[in-house]
Amino acid sequence: MLKLDKKDMRLFIIVALMTILAPFILNPFPEGSGLAQFNAGYPDLMQRFVIFGIFAIGFNILFGLTGYLSFGHAAFLGVGSYAAIWMMKLLTMNVIPAIIASVAIAGVFALVVGFISLRRSGIYFSILTLAFAQMSFAMAYSVLTPITGGETGLQPKVNDPRILDAALAPGATPSAGLFGLEMRDSYELALGNWLFTFNFGYYFAAALMLVAFYTSMRIFRSPFGMMLRGVKSNQQRLNYTGLNSKPYTLAAFVISGMYAGLAGGLLVAMDTQVGPERMFWTASGEVVLMTILGGAGTLIGPVLGAGFIKYMENIISKINESILHQWFYWLPDGLEDLVVGMIYPFIGKGWHLTLGIMFMLVVIFLPGGLVEGGQRIGRWVRGKGRKADATGDKKSTASTPAE
Amino acid sequence: MGILEVQNVNKRFGGLQALDRVNLNVEAGTVHAIIGPNGAGKSTLLNCFVGRLTPDTGSVMFDGKSLLGRKPHEINQHGVSRVFQTPEIFTDLTALENVMIPAFAKRDGAYKLNPFARVAGESEIRDKAEEALKDVQLADKRHQHAGEMSRGDKRRLEMAMCLVQEPKLLLLDEPTAGMARADTNRTIDLLKHIGETRGITKVVIEHDMHVVFSLADKISVLAQGHVIVEDVPENIKGHPKVREAYLGEAQV
Repeated sequence: MLKLDKKDMRLFIIVALMTILAPFILNPFPEGSGLAQFNAGYPDLMQRFVIFGIFAIGFNILFGLTGYLSFGHAAFLGVGSYAAIWMMKLLTMNVIPAIIASVAIAGVFALVVGFISLRRSGIYFSILTLAFAQMSFAMAYSVLTPITGGETGLQPKVNDPRILDAALAPGATPSAGLFGLEMRDSYELALGNWLFTFNFGYYFAAALMLVAFYTSMRIFRSPFGMMLRGVKSNQQRLNYTGLNSKPYTLAAFVISGMYAGLAGGLLVAMDTQVGPERMFWTASGEVVLMTILGGAGTLIGPVLGAGFIKYMENIISKINESILHQWFYWLPDGLEDLVVGMIYPFIGKGWHLTLGIMFMLVVIFLPGGLVEGGQRIGRWVRGKGRKADATGDKKSTASTPAE
Repeated sequence: MGILEVQNVNKRFGGLQALDRVNLNVEAGTVHAIIGPNGAGKSTLLNCFVGRLTPDTGSVMFDGKSLLGRKPHEINQHGVSRVFQTPEIFTDLTALENVMIPAFAKRDGAYKLNPFARVAGESEIRDKAEEALKDVQLADKRHQHAGEMSRGDKRRLEMAMCLVQEPKLLLLDEPTAGMARADTNRTIDLLKHIGETRGITKVVIEHDMHVVFSLADKISVLAQGHVIVEDVPENIKGHPKVREAYLGEAQV
């Protein structure tokens, strides 16, 4: 089924179940309990998990497979967002045209940027993509104000043309939807002390994330994907083997640009506004962090990395000093202040510090990212089982290196 | 007429005349060895055949077509494969994948953007690759990562990557450098064996005279960028000009 081998199929089913059951999985703590602040199962954050998951999956097709490190992928995210918002202004608040336009226009833009940037490799390629993204940011901020709304950005207004929609009543706010269902529609389910929210926007984005994930799996297992790994491993050998690496790298660049455009379009579908800061270089850096943290070149790594970073950003940053005092109230007064003072730099606005430390630990001890961590634990558990059998140490050879 | 014809090739790097009016004529189906002391221009000459370097003047004709100004992948698609002095392989990939890539290149051309085809469904390519690995005695290591192989295995793997393409011309840059005697003999046998069954023309650069005289049908001796002698092996042994090139002039 789906033309995946057994192992991939299992992974895909696990990912599909996790996304479908996310409102339960991410809300393990009952409402009102002290740990409820660690719940991540609210629509806004769940949407971010899957949208940035898409962004990172696409980035991984370029960086994980070919090794070309783009430092300007936020530009495609931004272009996708602007394209989507214009569709909402001109055509309809239905998200379908917005999503299609965001993918298509980001793809065309990626074709141009990729064609020029891929003339160089290594650090020069990274710098070229960074330059393009910063140029896009600066232009969106200034000279392109008529198209981008400049500093204030864009959002759909009541009096936009929207030629496919019926006119809105004055004073109504246009909201994005899909054939009558609105992205912000939610169904809340209370079970005892627990409250689970099922948001339509989340499930729409999650469905597209699963399509994106499946597509990336197929690319990884195709001859095309094998050539891309060849580019990363030894581009010179690839050329002397009769293969022109340029069309391969350019195709990978455009595909990953389209993924970024899709993510940008979805951001607009969930929250109908966009500003130039979405293209700022820190946003490009974030997707690099997500991919490396999760495990570059692995299938599931980028999704884990995106989830991890978005969780930190939204949860760790919400913890403040008074919450810390609540946690440590049982300590003697002086000691309580000391402990709180020591932890304080790592929470709230200091979540970047925590992220930085985590990132360093992962890069130093787990170069393969969180996925490698998982694999090590798996091997350790299996190793224990095997020792019990006393079957001797059979050397395990990895037949699918890019799992 | 030869399958590879090199006429009057010159290449200068700054003040160094690396290749000086080189002429070479390689007959189809033969093994042609190029020998010469270090710095004689052997590797430079090979680089001119595969598109890594372009000669300043002269012509390189292969199978009736000029190779000059062509990109490496175009030259390979014409039927020229090369084994490098230090093995150039895909170290992050398995041995089998290493050989499947050239097999794809042979079948599908310089590029084929097929992101939804499945490697698992390409049994024809896989069979070819496994056969090539068997030819170089690496069949049982096909799932090993190429980067983790021994140097000798890497060389044999690179050989399999070239052989799976069934090239018309195989360029070998010191295929036995750094090999133990037993490995060297195995490589000689392999090269002889593929010569008989597939009729591949081979150009070999080699320092090891044992290899040269076991394999070559014809030998060109290169010294200071110039071909000083081109003859059959029997006449090269003990040729005064060859001695001079290797040992220096008698007066010194």
